[in-house]
Amino acid sequence: MSAQKPRTLFDKIWDAHVVETLPDGTALLYIDLHLTHEVTTPQAFDGLRAAGRQVRRPDATLAVIDHNIATDASRYTGIVDPESRLQVETLEKNVAEFGVPFIPLLDQRQGIVHVIGPELGRSLPGMTIVCGDSHTSTHGAMGALAFGIGTSEVEHVLATQTLLQKPAKNMQVLVEGNLAVGCSAKDITLAIIGRIGTAGGTGHVIEYAGDAIRALDMAGRMTLCNMSIEGGARAGMVAPDQTTFDYIARTPNGPKGAALERAIEWWRTLPTDQGAHFDRIVTLAAHEIAPQITWGTSPEDVLPVTGTVPDPEAQEDEARRAQFRRKIEYMGLTPGQKLQDLPVDVVFIGSCTNSRIEDIRVAASIARGRKVADGVRALVVPGSGLVKRQAEEEGLDRILQEAGFEWREAGCSMCLGMNPDKLKPGQRSASTSNRNFEGRQGPGGRTHLVSPATAAASALAGHLADVRDYQPKDAV
Amino acid sequence: MEAFTTLTGIAAPMPKANVDTDQIIPARFLKSISRTGFGKNLFANFRYREDGSENPDFVLNQEPYRKAEILIAFENFGCGSSREHAPWALLDFGIRCVIAPDFADIFHNNSFKNGVLPVKLPREVCAQLMEDAKMGGNARITVDLERQVVVRPTGEEIPFQIDPLRRHLLLNGLDDIGQTMQHAGAIDGFEAKQKAAQPWLYG
Repeated sequence: MSAQKPRTLFDKIWDAHVVETLPDGTALLYIDLHLTHEVTTPQAFDGLRAAGRQVRRPDATLAVIDHNIATDASRYTGIVDPESRLQVETLEKNVAEFGVPFIPLLDQRQGIVHVIGPELGRSLPGMTIVCGDSHTSTHGAMGALAFGIGTSEVEHVLATQTLLQKPAKNMQVLVEGNLAVGCSAKDITLAIIGRIGTAGGTGHVIEYAGDAIRALDMAGRMTLCNMSIEGGARAGMVAPDQTTFDYIARTPNGPKGAALERAIEWWRTLPTDQGAHFDRIVTLAAHEIAPQITWGTSPEDVLPVTGTVPDPEAQEDEARRAQFRRKIEYMGLTPGQKLQDLPVDVVFIGSCTNSRIEDIRVAASIARGRKVADGVRALVVPGSGLVKRQAEEEGLDRILQEAGFEWREAGCSMCLGMNPDKLKPGQRSASTSNRNFEGRQGPGGRTHLVSPATAAASALAGHLADVRDYQPKDAV
Repeated sequence: MEAFTTLTGIAAPMPKANVDTDQIIPARFLKSISRTGFGKNLFANFRYREDGSENPDFVLNQEPYRKAEILIAFENFGCGSSREHAPWALLDFGIRCVIAPDFADIFHNNSFKNGVLPVKLPREVCAQLMEDAKMGGNARITVDLERQVVVRPTGEEIPFQIDPLRRHLLLNGLDDIGQTMQHAGAIDGFEAKQKAAQPWLYG
């Protein structure tokens, strides 16, 4: 290891996990934590079985059910959809056969895999973390190298606890200054994607830095790292600091006492060295970021809430004009229309991007003493059973329900249209999730990605709304 | 995994950038526990109308593209989720090669693991191949992995770059778990050292 050359956070974690380097430069990279869920694992366990292989480190593996399940009371009486049920039962059978630790559906710790990893204290700084899910980038908020993998790689990690990887390039996104009122980590991440585009981070790992990032709580950092993949980067990271250590100290399964002290000592050596090389640096001024809303069918189609629908005919080339026409047609928009004039049918507050207690507190603070507009269906789906319990202890569920929001059980819900929570064709949503692709929330569904605050304000207004017009009543 | 050496076939033109994995195979079709059978739902939101009938305007519903083995597209193909169901669906439909200016990282990785070859070529070249593909059944394109060339219907050869290790695995249809297992001793050694230095990582 070249101890003298200044290294980035990514370089340090990478170097600490290289088991061997193959002649062509591919590294055999050790994986410290492997999170698994029902959708991307059945074929991997089948592969192990066919080859007579075992799970190398069950203690470094954790399974949970999140994508497929209903988020209403029906989960207590069994899964209705036969295919979903089979997939869940297959995971249950596989974890039993291979001895993998598992959080069952009705366990209070159940939740979205990217919420529970950090929350339980399993995702820690300096770790390599993978999961058969692109939003594994979320765990980078802990100061870990965390990225999504396909099912063949899931099988590879189960069998060998390693992956064959080529090193990524380093990219730094610097966000300096203070965020304006009404803005959050979600607005930062959407603004970044708007700037770099959905392929802007391809081949890179993004490290987020700058005082606006330092000022974010862990939930905010998770939102930011979560959507690194929407900027094309497989991983996003924030260097661990006292905010990180304090968060870990409160988790049920994180290291405690002397072990925590010893761990912190190592974690403090992880932040990027002065003078370390980044292949690309992007800088944003936090105070210039307004609440963000996507208008199209790619996360890079993003504008400030005060924006208007772009005109396809004003785009520079025919390919882009055709693309914009298609987006506008799919989304049911008119060029020049104000985003805030768009009525919403559904508001979804949840997903691995924005379903933590901090997100729900923000939504409740805006909803308090107000009512969801007539004809709007508004769902709040906590990211885990523990988030749900915490919110209920704080009375947030009552505030939200009094305002007319549905209060649901934990799961991926309306983020991806593979469980009962879906948009109907033509329905328009304000959603705190991460992808506005065509059909993502259900065939024909029209998704506008927003922050939890903007989502809550839009539910009250009945149209896409500027949260700055909806400040918490008790703060006025 | 089936080896990929050389392929001559019909190429379907898909002149779009950012073809994401939700387009390739929507999430509602990810409930199967098998690796096969996804082909019928490849591009389902475009291929079928709301009543389930075929959309005649969609390229893969047209002759000769129903038998396409190559897909030509524009930038950032396969962006979005990590679902390996995307290359499984392409493969199950019969597509073994996607040619585009660039690919999203995870899709790119997943393709190689399943014998689907992603070929990166500059946008101008992809645009040229797109026009070739629009000529239909008379315009077969060859993708020769051994020689690392794409051969246009005119006979013009276009070289492409590919990672040597991935090329080797694909040419020989090798799965990499067996190969990694040969490093078991090194993995044991790594774990012993890590466990001493960072005991909190071991349960």
